[in-house]
Amino acid sequence: MGELGFEPRIVALCCHFCAYAAADLAGALRLQYPDSIHVVKIPCTGDLDVRDVLAAFESGADGVMVAGCMEGDCHYQTGNLRARKRVERTQQVLAEAGVGGERIRMYNLSSAMGGRWAEVAREMDAHIRQLGPSPLRRTAQQSAGER
Amino acid sequence: MIVAEQKPLEEIRNLIQGAEKVLVVGCGTCVTVCFSGGEKEAGILASAVRMASRVDGRPQQVAHAVVQRQCEWEYIDAVRDQVREADLVVSLGCGVGVQALAERFPDKIVVPGLNTVFMGMPVEQGVWSERCQACGDCLLGLTGGVCPIARCSKQLLNGPCGGSVNGHCEINADTDCAWQLIYDRLKAQGRLELLLEIQPPKDWRTSRDGGPRKIVREDLRLNPTGSI
Repeated sequence: MGELGFEPRIVALCCHFCAYAAADLAGALRLQYPDSIHVVKIPCTGDLDVRDVLAAFESGADGVMVAGCMEGDCHYQTGNLRARKRVERTQQVLAEAGVGGERIRMYNLSSAMGGRWAEVAREMDAHIRQLGPSPLRRTAQQSAGER
Repeated sequence: MIVAEQKPLEEIRNLIQGAEKVLVVGCGTCVTVCFSGGEKEAGILASAVRMASRVDGRPQQVAHAVVQRQCEWEYIDAVRDQVREADLVVSLGCGVGVQALAERFPDKIVVPGLNTVFMGMPVEQGVWSERCQACGDCLLGLTGGVCPIARCSKQLLNGPCGGSVNGHCEINADTDCAWQLIYDRLKAQGRLELLLEIQPPKDWRTSRDGGPRKIVREDLRLNPTGSI
């Protein structure tokens, strides 16, 4: 099965105060970044629920990026620090499940960093392209191919 | 509270091999508080098993449900229908919960998803420590509220052994010496004279050493028709 035509599907869980604002600024500045990124706003990365990340992968996501405020500047003080630990835990779960822990990443940026948003979006897109489709997507496609 | 931790995913997957429809049952009491078997953990485990089974090319249907407490018949009856639909049940309750489910639904395969470890408490968020061994004859009144049965590696009753160094147990530098804790507590309270009374060897018959235990309260029992 070739990788031609693999368009990654990446969910970006962005905190309201920094990451989402940065993504919005990138848009206002007309900065170009891949359309593989699907932005979902959450109040704070500290609200990240591991089940939502796993649901994204079960529904066909190839990657998930969690984007929050710079460490030390979280609007809720320590939300992004809790998120980092939760992302590490999720990496473990995904690795054990055979999906791959490297498919989830955490980024920190401030609301003024429109340019950095475009940069991390490009970086995540390239990273997931390199990894290929999620094994969960691959198996569905393989079964379809075998029929 | 009862403190348990989840078995590795690989071990759980081995226990459920071959089952097409799996039900993960969580518990809303102790294992929720130690983050091993509550609503979230049951959901995460169900998802992890579904994903892993799909990656392996042998997808399993995995549902999850949580009951308030897995150790009471009335509470576990709430998931009777879901249990009926499953081929196999993974209990994320403590050892008591697993057995209650197995006894209530004897025609179902019920496997444990947790290792039940001890009775203890969260001393800080994310850290649980053993505190009680259910010896059946509590002597905390003699030791200033620190248990030498649960917290002394040798379960000594009359002071520390020679391995107590700088307030720590010789088996592990992270383990407090229970007798150091007892001494410090009683000294601060001005009650060191309690330690002058020598305790005789413990009668372990009230503990697990006397066989599986049972408590009957005739004043609380209902007669078969349910009336008092």
